[in-house]
Amino acid sequence: MSVLSLALPRRSANATIGGAIVISLVVLAVLGPQIAPYDPLALDLLSRMKGLSATHWLGTDEFGRDILSRLIHGARTSVWISFATVAFAMVFGLFFGVLAGFLRGWTDRIIMTFNDALLAFPGLLLALGIMAIAGASRDAIVVALGLAYTPAVVRVARASVMSIREREYIEASRVMGNSELITMLRHVLPNCIAPMTVLATTMFGWVILSESALSFLGLGVPPPAPTWGNMLATGRPFITQAPHLIILPGLCISVTLLGINMLGDAIRDWFDPKMQG
Amino acid sequence: MRKFLLGRLASAIPTLIIVTIAVFVMVRLIPGDPAKLMLGDLARPDQVEALRHRMGLDQPIVTQYFLWLGNIFRGDFGSSITSAQQVLPLMLERFSVSATIVVVAVGIAAMIAVPAGMFAAWRQNSLTDLSVVALSTLLLSIPSFWLGLMILLFLGLKLNWFPIVGFVSFDDDFLKALSFIAMPVLTLVLVEIGSIVRMARASTIEVARLEYITHARAKGLSESAVMWRHAFKNAFAPTWTLIGLILGSLLGGIAVIETVFTIPGLGRLLVDAIYARDYPVVQGCILFVAVIYVLVNLVVDLLYPLFDPRITQ
Repeated sequence: MSVLSLALPRRSANATIGGAIVISLVVLAVLGPQIAPYDPLALDLLSRMKGLSATHWLGTDEFGRDILSRLIHGARTSVWISFATVAFAMVFGLFFGVLAGFLRGWTDRIIMTFNDALLAFPGLLLALGIMAIAGASRDAIVVALGLAYTPAVVRVARASVMSIREREYIEASRVMGNSELITMLRHVLPNCIAPMTVLATTMFGWVILSESALSFLGLGVPPPAPTWGNMLATGRPFITQAPHLIILPGLCISVTLLGINMLGDAIRDWFDPKMQG
Repeated sequence: MRKFLLGRLASAIPTLIIVTIAVFVMVRLIPGDPAKLMLGDLARPDQVEALRHRMGLDQPIVTQYFLWLGNIFRGDFGSSITSAQQVLPLMLERFSVSATIVVVAVGIAAMIAVPAGMFAAWRQNSLTDLSVVALSTLLLSIPSFWLGLMILLFLGLKLNWFPIVGFVSFDDDFLKALSFIAMPVLTLVLVEIGSIVRMARASTIEVARLEYITHARAKGLSESAVMWRHAFKNAFAPTWTLIGLILGSLLGGIAVIETVFTIPGLGRLLVDAIYARDYPVVQGCILFVAVIYVLVNLVVDLLYPLFDPRITQ
């Protein structure tokens, strides 16, 4: 009894709270310019580093810019970068992973050797290396983080294809005279959806985190465009005078990651119920 | 057993070769004359010409790669554009700073998180389990650099418990060194506990379902004997791999923590070099960190059979 009463609420709590956080984030990102009370770049040097007030709900930063508006626009940037990066990694990762897992042989060996070498770079290091060549910009981040996360997708895609390709219905599709390509697209690919969904959700969180880390290091989206990471970086010198400059963007990142992690757990439990707690 | 060890050792070689090629190609992808990039804007034409010759830029790209690789093997990573220091000694000095913090932090995190995760798994679905899982999800969601800033703000600036800027070597003054690394270590411990707890819990749940555990219970052993004598080793094996991955990636990547606490570590060296377009240092650091990562994971895999001998069969 106690097992049931505790397990069920947690499972639905994960899905509800996580889902709510992620949906509000996406809504915020899409509607950003419509709901932000101020222009995120508008300077007001007379009201610098003000605390929370009725005119500026979350206060102002070191240039008198409205923090709430900057956080909302920051959400927009983070969500855009994360979607683009996850899409990048998924497309390339699925392509090479499915190819390696389905064709096996030399194709598999060559793809996996390169893949393992890419995996030999810690994710953020690879991104740093690419940013060093390309220079800091929004598109460079997408390519840098996308390349850094592609190898993980390749591995998962290849593993799920290999577990599927020996099944009887795949053999049946071949016997029916379907080409390898049709078999792959119609029968193999749809079966990768479950593990890919779990991975994509987790990856969404990784990208939000890495993007804010890069921006915090000054190698992400360049100022004055607001992102949560570069707001933390530029607010850091004022940590004693105006702690809200660093508390608020960090809270946004943490709540977002918490939501994504909870949603990720809910999705994983849904596909693989034995791990739930 | 020997076959497993040799096989794993051999598998690291192609990886290392591709890593060196990737790092070599990376700098060649930057537009401009590589010799000029390596010497910076202030270099005299005769210096550039001398380096062009030394790098073999008039020869085929494959020859250039082997020339470069030969220099790396001799420990010659070039010298920094900004400080004119040799890159290798510079990296080693900074690495010792990062490594001290990382090794201490990962050690402490593992000692807390592994028992916590196993304990939670043993009481799966109890209130204890739910609290441990909720807390670790929360810790997993806080970015290290923000947690670091919060710790700096409250423990350093408000309470004045620890010095807020800098680093002192353990060789110079042990207690002072301890006070300087306290906050960065605390930050890393909290950040890493989350993922280790989850892994330890998940693998213990897997193991607890196996028949030999039921058998051990049926023999009448106490729960703690079943857990520590029978479940621990098998449940710890996957966690051990995760700890290795964390160690490997942190050894090269605590740039954000080093930025928060103004610590002269390897990560900070790399980021500063990227700002300054100090390409010899950028190239050296990326190669160094990637090689460390490969080697740490190699050592972790080689030690894996100690926990789970099945892998060698």
